[in-house]
Amino acid sequence: MSVDTGRARLLRNTGFYIAAFLATGFVATPILFALLGGFKDNQQLRENALGLPNPWHVEHYVDVLANATFWRQLGNSVFIALATTFIVVAAAAAVAYVFARFQFKGREGLFTLFAAGMMFPFAVAVLPLFIILRTFEMLNSPLGVILPQAAFGLPLTIIILRSFFRQIPGEVEEAATIDGAGPWRFFIQILLPMSRPVIATVSVLALVGSWNSYLLPLVVLSKPTWQTLPLGVTQFQGEYSTETAKVLAFVMLAMLPALIFYAFAERHLISGLTSGGTKGLAVRRQTGPEVMGRLRACRPSRPGTGSPVGLPRREPSSGPRRPKRHATQTPHRTRRGGGPRRERVHFATC
Amino acid sequence: MAAFIAPALILFLLFVIVPVLFAAYTSFFDWNGLGGIPTDFVGLENFQALIADEVFLGDLWRIGLITMLSVAVQLPMAFGLAMLLHQRFPGRTAFRLLFFVPYILTEAVTAVLFGLIFSPRRGFADAVLAGLGFDGRVGWLSDRGLVLFVIFGILTWKFFGFHMILYLAGRQNIPEELYEAARVDGATSKQLFRHITLPLMGPTIRITVFLSVIGTVQLFDLVYVLTKGGPYHASETLAITMYDQGFVRNQIGYASALSIAMFLISLLFALIYQRYVLSRDLQGSLTSTDGGRS
Repeated sequence: MSVDTGRARLLRNTGFYIAAFLATGFVATPILFALLGGFKDNQQLRENALGLPNPWHVEHYVDVLANATFWRQLGNSVFIALATTFIVVAAAAAVAYVFARFQFKGREGLFTLFAAGMMFPFAVAVLPLFIILRTFEMLNSPLGVILPQAAFGLPLTIIILRSFFRQIPGEVEEAATIDGAGPWRFFIQILLPMSRPVIATVSVLALVGSWNSYLLPLVVLSKPTWQTLPLGVTQFQGEYSTETAKVLAFVMLAMLPALIFYAFAERHLISGLTSGGTKGLAVRRQTGPEVMGRLRACRPSRPGTGSPVGLPRREPSSGPRRPKRHATQTPHRTRRGGGPRRERVHFATC
Repeated sequence: MAAFIAPALILFLLFVIVPVLFAAYTSFFDWNGLGGIPTDFVGLENFQALIADEVFLGDLWRIGLITMLSVAVQLPMAFGLAMLLHQRFPGRTAFRLLFFVPYILTEAVTAVLFGLIFSPRRGFADAVLAGLGFDGRVGWLSDRGLVLFVIFGILTWKFFGFHMILYLAGRQNIPEELYEAARVDGATSKQLFRHITLPLMGPTIRITVFLSVIGTVQLFDLVYVLTKGGPYHASETLAITMYDQGFVRNQIGYASALSIAMFLISLLFALIYQRYVLSRDLQGSLTSTDGGRS
């Protein structure tokens, strides 16, 4: 029996590897083509398309790296992505804080208005946006890209942040109030630091969204000054359409920042993008927790990180490191708004 | 408190709500986009023209085709690989990381890369075919019958990793105890798959189908950079038709009608799908106001 299963396992494993390597070939070939193609010259690309470069030419990569336009576009992309992220996260956090922790008339209506924004594909608005930006003379200005991108990022960011802020126990706020902190100080000094993991998630979403954005920059940025990398790549290809090797080097270098980011923040990126994509449907019960299931290698609320929010853990005593005064707390105060605990928070927390 | 709400609200009204309302308004006008606001009211004419427009109808057909191909090919492939990577074998983490790479790349950049791969001037794809002994001169992107399938191949390359991760997470969320119990009862691995894995993966599968359709409806960057919708509209998408009418031909009214049609199609699909397909899975829906209470 043991021999049999050993052989069966070997057979099975071989099957796995064959399938996995087939898929690897499918995924890796185009990227290797770009990477290696950039080291060839055009004659090699024609006559030795499949082999390794021989000899290796580094001049295409060197040319691109010495190209001021490339660096300017890279800088523009970085600047626009960071500015978009900062604006959308700051604005969304403030309003999500109000939605999560204040009672006032019209709150749900206002929230619905924002949430309804999820239903507008960006392409629906791009034409009128263009006309509006033209009227405000914001064409060819980075703000013409940053502000609409931030605005379209608001719904998802608000939904995610609000559901996280709601999980933070009311006692934390009470304690802060007793210690004399107003809403601003509570928001800046307590709520935001406590929400670092979810802020990271929504920031990743905004960064990646802006970095990849093409349609809006295409219509807004017709002058080269502020053009971003995706526009740059398509233009470079138009300019050097006969010099394939050069374009491949440019393509490869344009992909590199995302690849490096992925290498360093792989967990954040995977969990952020998948939870973001599914969150967009408000399907938080199903896929969200599944996505986070065992993919997350780091546990929520690691001790010592100062994140006092016991994420999905239920035991009330083990999670949050509560501020002082817990002797006076009464159990029924733990969650405002009553009702069963509905949303599990399931963000990457590492 | 107003200070907390105001920035987001102003941003949102100015750059989301106003443009969408403006698009809805403009869709009832004949307008070339010049001079202030549209004045030439034409009622529903733009929409009437739309449903008689072969390009628009073609867009819908292409959405349907790509969706069907995705459900028939891309999603099963992602599912199979997810099941594979769920098994323990050395190196599976590396495979998982690798398969997600295409998803993080910029669509426009990906399109440039594949434009070179499928280039008519002795592109890489032709060279591969030649290396395999075939006559390597295929009009990958210029053949009207082929271009959509090539684009579908690229979409599969780009997006299967995303679906795979969702499936993998769904599979990992199924408690192993269920399998153990069934095995004790003598279930075969086929039965395990049929009666445990598949039903419990249901919600995840339904969501990936949903995401796939919505993504297809809004497709722009990749196809626009690759083919501009050509040859002769053979690969055109709704968003490309809108872009072409609005930004190239200055038919702002007509393009607005297209935008509204795109919005209504996504919305209608979302509502119907949520009502009839996801209803079992969802506690809240797109339209629920309170994050799933109802």
